[in-house]
Amino acid sequence: MEKFIELFAEQLDAMSEVTLNADTRFRELDEWTSLVALSIIAMVDEEYGVSLSGNDIRSVNTLGELYNLIQEKL
Amino acid sequence: MLFSLSGKNILITGATSGIGRAAAVMCAKQGARVLCIGRNEERMCSLLTELHSISSAEHSSYLLDLTNNQSLVDCVRELPPLDGLVLAAGINKWKPIPFIKLEEIHELININTIAAISLLKEICKKKKLKECSSVVFVSSIAGVYTTSMGNAMYAVSKGGLQAFMKTAALELSSKGIRCNSVNPGRIETDLIKNNTQLSDEEIRMDINRYPLKRYGTPLDVAYSIVFLLSDETSWITGTDIVVDGGLTLK
Repeated sequence: MEKFIELFAEQLDAMSEVTLNADTRFRELDEWTSLVALSIIAMVDEEYGVSLSGNDIRSVNTLGELYNLIQEKL
Repeated sequence: MLFSLSGKNILITGATSGIGRAAAVMCAKQGARVLCIGRNEERMCSLLTELHSISSAEHSSYLLDLTNNQSLVDCVRELPPLDGLVLAAGINKWKPIPFIKLEEIHELININTIAAISLLKEICKKKKLKECSSVVFVSSIAGVYTTSMGNAMYAVSKGGLQAFMKTAALELSSKGIRCNSVNPGRIETDLIKNNTQLSDEEIRMDINRYPLKRYGTPLDVAYSIVFLLSDETSWITGTDIVVDGGLTLK
């Protein structure tokens, strides 16, 4: 989970440090954009070999839920 | 009849799906004999059945992978003299720049750009294009007029194709051969439907960006292709027809 949060944070173009944890509602972050969504899909494919769809990303709210979704698809 | 293709031999790549398929069907309806290139046997059979139901012309098919140069050379050798060529084979893959893989960009450029260049090169070398024939490149607004996040590989391949079209138009003009492109916005084809990276909500928002409030259909593009293949456009070369529901007006 920690590694996943680290990889997720790398995709954000944050000027200031954003504190992320399992309860972060990632789609409500100021830094959340369509490019970040595409980057998360590509990162998850590269790091976990899991194909997420745009609808998958919208089906969850927190980073913990997103992480669990990836685990289910492993 | 305006825009008739009666008696013309038209070769179409990427003929078994999307814009290529719609173009094949429309060309047959306008009286052409359609020569189809594609990779999928099942889809090719279904296309030929449809073409034969439209007219009794001698429609035919060539099953091959255009990125295999030997197959391409063998195919061109067998071709009859052509009145028209439609280069519609294409794939897409969305990746933000840090995630671009070299093998993926090679594959995309090989199919979208280099296969079209190789085929036209071979056809010219073997003098298979008749005088006053017409070549239509299925390009895109991406890489030519605009681009979008994550679409770098596709934009590069289509920008290259567009540059090649213009050079080909100039070089082949002495033989009376015309080269033009159609540049679609987002068209509802399998290429798009299979892209699951956008959520339903994002697709709704994307459609909303189009002044005409819908994505295009393969038929929207096929009509422009028929137009450029027809003798009515015999003084049009090196240009493009944007078919994008007004998106690039913004």
